[in-house]
Amino acid sequence: MHDLKSHKFTRRNILQTFSGFGLSCLLPGLDSRAAEKRGPERGRSLITIWLAGGPSQLETFDPHPNSKIGDTVKAIPTTIPNLKIAGLYPQLAEQIDCLSVIRSLVSKEGDHERGTSYLKTGYRPDPTTTFPSIGSLYAHEAPNPKLEIPQHVSITGGQWASRGGFLGAEHDAFKIFDPGLNVRNMKPRVSTERQKKRLSDLEIVTQAFQKGRKTQTENTLHQLTVARALEMMNSKQLTAFEITDEPEPVKKAYGDTRFGRGCLVARRLVEQGVRAIEVTLPGWDSHTDNLDTHKTKAAILDPAISTLLRDLKERDLLESTVVLCIGEFGRTPKVNALGGRDHWPTGFSCLLGGSTLHAGRVIGATDPTGKNKDPENPISIPDLYATVMSALGINYAKELMTPIGRPISLSDGKPIPELLNS
Amino acid sequence: MKRKLLTFNTLILVAIAGVVAWATIPPNSQPNALNRKESLTQGHTDVSELAAPIQQVDNFFDARWQEFGFETAEEVDELLILRRLSLALHGTIPSLEEIRNFESDTSPNRLSRWIHQMLNDNRFGDYFAERLARSYVGVEGGPFIIFRRDRFTDWLSDQLQSNTPYNEIVRQLITGEGLWTEKPETNFITVAIANNELDENKLAARSVRAFLGQRIDCAQCHDHPFDHWKQEEFEGLAAHFGQASISPFGISDKQDQEYEIEDRKTLETITIDPAVPFHPEWIPETGSQREKFAIWITHPENRRFERAIANRVWALLFGKAWHAPVDDLPDPESLESTDLLDILGSDFREHGYDLRRLIKIIVSSKPFRLSSQHAEEDAGRLAAIKDEWGVYPLVRLRPEQVIGSMLQASSIKTIDQNSHLITRTMKFFRENNFIQEYGDLGDNEFEEQTGTIPQALLRMNGELAKDVGKTNPVNASGRISGFSSTAEKCLENCYLVCYSRRPTPEEQAHFLPQLQEASKKRGEIVEDIFWTLFNSPEFSWNH
Repeated sequence: MHDLKSHKFTRRNILQTFSGFGLSCLLPGLDSRAAEKRGPERGRSLITIWLAGGPSQLETFDPHPNSKIGDTVKAIPTTIPNLKIAGLYPQLAEQIDCLSVIRSLVSKEGDHERGTSYLKTGYRPDPTTTFPSIGSLYAHEAPNPKLEIPQHVSITGGQWASRGGFLGAEHDAFKIFDPGLNVRNMKPRVSTERQKKRLSDLEIVTQAFQKGRKTQTENTLHQLTVARALEMMNSKQLTAFEITDEPEPVKKAYGDTRFGRGCLVARRLVEQGVRAIEVTLPGWDSHTDNLDTHKTKAAILDPAISTLLRDLKERDLLESTVVLCIGEFGRTPKVNALGGRDHWPTGFSCLLGGSTLHAGRVIGATDPTGKNKDPENPISIPDLYATVMSALGINYAKELMTPIGRPISLSDGKPIPELLNS
Repeated sequence: MKRKLLTFNTLILVAIAGVVAWATIPPNSQPNALNRKESLTQGHTDVSELAAPIQQVDNFFDARWQEFGFETAEEVDELLILRRLSLALHGTIPSLEEIRNFESDTSPNRLSRWIHQMLNDNRFGDYFAERLARSYVGVEGGPFIIFRRDRFTDWLSDQLQSNTPYNEIVRQLITGEGLWTEKPETNFITVAIANNELDENKLAARSVRAFLGQRIDCAQCHDHPFDHWKQEEFEGLAAHFGQASISPFGISDKQDQEYEIEDRKTLETITIDPAVPFHPEWIPETGSQREKFAIWITHPENRRFERAIANRVWALLFGKAWHAPVDDLPDPESLESTDLLDILGSDFREHGYDLRRLIKIIVSSKPFRLSSQHAEEDAGRLAAIKDEWGVYPLVRLRPEQVIGSMLQASSIKTIDQNSHLITRTMKFFRENNFIQEYGDLGDNEFEEQTGTIPQALLRMNGELAKDVGKTNPVNASGRISGFSSTAEKCLENCYLVCYSRRPTPEEQAHFLPQLQEASKKRGEIVEDIFWTLFNSPEFSWNH
């Protein structure tokens, strides 16, 4: 296989072996897999909990129990003084003090696809270019050189998993469909011996193709990606995708659901130094039976996100990890004839915290009567992403050049002062 | 979860077994078999008729190559051209059956007759419709219920199969009325409905991009930075869709409806009259706003119209546009002399906007027949030669082409005609994330793309690669290992099925001993060969 690997990768492997060894001497508490430091000096990661379909702000983080529009759920006190959230989230109420709540997000996109695109990239859809998702941007700006697995991972991502956009397909999120159960396409289908033979056969056939096409073939990165795929297949870091060695109580605390396992895998990927992880919980599009939908979803989200936060705190990982919990829009204050709520792109909520972000803040407010559409202290999506990028330690104003020569800044917003003032 | 995995496997096997079982039906029971023979003789007339435009294109390139002073790559053999054609027109590689038929055809003008036949095959309509549809309705799912992509591509496929003139297709797209299910061309309009409102800007931008090869989208918010498009010109174009409206009866025009927008600066509501940025005299006196717009777009004097489609068809055939980006062509009036797009475009217009004729000219020209191999070692010079089409470009296959090719490689017989089965199989894989995992290129499909790690993993370890390569009594690998009389034949068949070529002496020297040694385990060796051939760049890069 040596011919298939470029020098860069061989050298990187050697460096990795040494640095991994050095670190494990310094930090006895770590197993060999955890290549990165802990605490604030650690390379930063982003976990996005994506609530696909658009959750209702009223039945999550912005309840108005004493009003006509929000008498569906009761509000419970939390570890943030003066903050109450929907009673469907008792566990989160205990852990929420490491985050802040924004209750005044404003978007202009009330369609799932356009809204998702806007909320994942910070740019409204524009037919002249495809914007990269925040995860792709971050992994592009600050890749972890020690990583043998992808820098950007989407767990249970579904139809609109995060894309690299104009950065190129190599910056698309690497997709995991069955977290913890099955890392797809990662194992050879034949015995090690036969795989070895196949790879040596492959060299012969590849050489035949390269004849007269050396430069052209190199430009395809075909062999490089095969080499990197093989590196990944053989990497010990792959175990970050597995949860078999996790204690039963931990697995149980996250919840034995696809999403719960996804959050557990997300924590393991952060430990490994993966830069951006997106875990999707679909099914929030409650045009009918809004309350039932939110009860069902809360039963999955509450234990998973609470355990994740606790786990990150206990492992000193939260200081280096930004956690964002968000969907493409909120839902109407008015309940429709079918007991549902429809799309509502103004005055919806998200949770944000970790890394250098201030915790325990509550930003913005919505009208309890639902009559005034505009929230207090409205926060735009670009501002949200400028904040996230600052917390990740990258310059949100930096400009990238698209393939057609149009300069685009990482985010064209400004950081939210309440969350970042030092 | 375990059960779900089992179902997934079973479904794949059933799908593949279905394709294979169908493909093994004797060819004479296929309805198109007659058609095929007939078309093989019909194609004859093309040769003399197309000689002049093909010569014109070749002269254009010869002059350029001479000017730049480099040697072009050599011409490739016809079998490789057959592979390129098959990928470009049918989205798959040629079957062993087709290769055998092609090789046994010794009459004159073999290739031009085969091109003619391939264009008459319904695989062409289906595949090309899918590719063209991207520029008309994008790749997104579109608005639920009121947008039916499948109906739209079926309609487009029908137009291509009946060779409807291209200007007529475009007119129908812009002016279509009725329900999106009964009049599928109206999906061109319905896809632009967001939040229950028709987005006239989107339609104007898309029309100008797809039909005139110009990106004026930026002028939606400000004047075009690199060109002469003004914001008010954009608004005037968008106003042509101002009367289109949607009701439960479908798309129609409301004659008295005016196009009103909010002024971006004053925030006042203003009424915009339809207007075009150049040659308003092309617009007729009568007709609906959309009809007027369609006539202006497709006007015979509108060079942008013919140049745009020439560039797009070139891009679809090579996987790389003559002028990139494919939909941002320079103002033709600013050009000093006529170029390739004018040569192709004027022939296209003069011959009834015949897409098949345009395709035939392009695939018969010199650049399509040059090798992707070139002796030039200096990367800079090679890039210059590539820019001038003096060497055939290596282009990453689309996910559909990879699936199509893998499925075809699993069968000796041609997988065609029963397009439903293929479509169903494709849909199945689409739903099961193959295309997403492989990475759909979306709107930017002609941008130069490199390989990705998930693609490498899919080809090496994926379900499809495993099932297709596994030997069983009905598929290609099984039949090749079971029925090939000698090791040489066996290896040759593997190469023809996967690469449409014969093995090199080095490859023979490597594989033949394995096959000779292991007569009992030949099936396993053949599986390994298939795996290997799937994973070399030769399989997944058009060359």
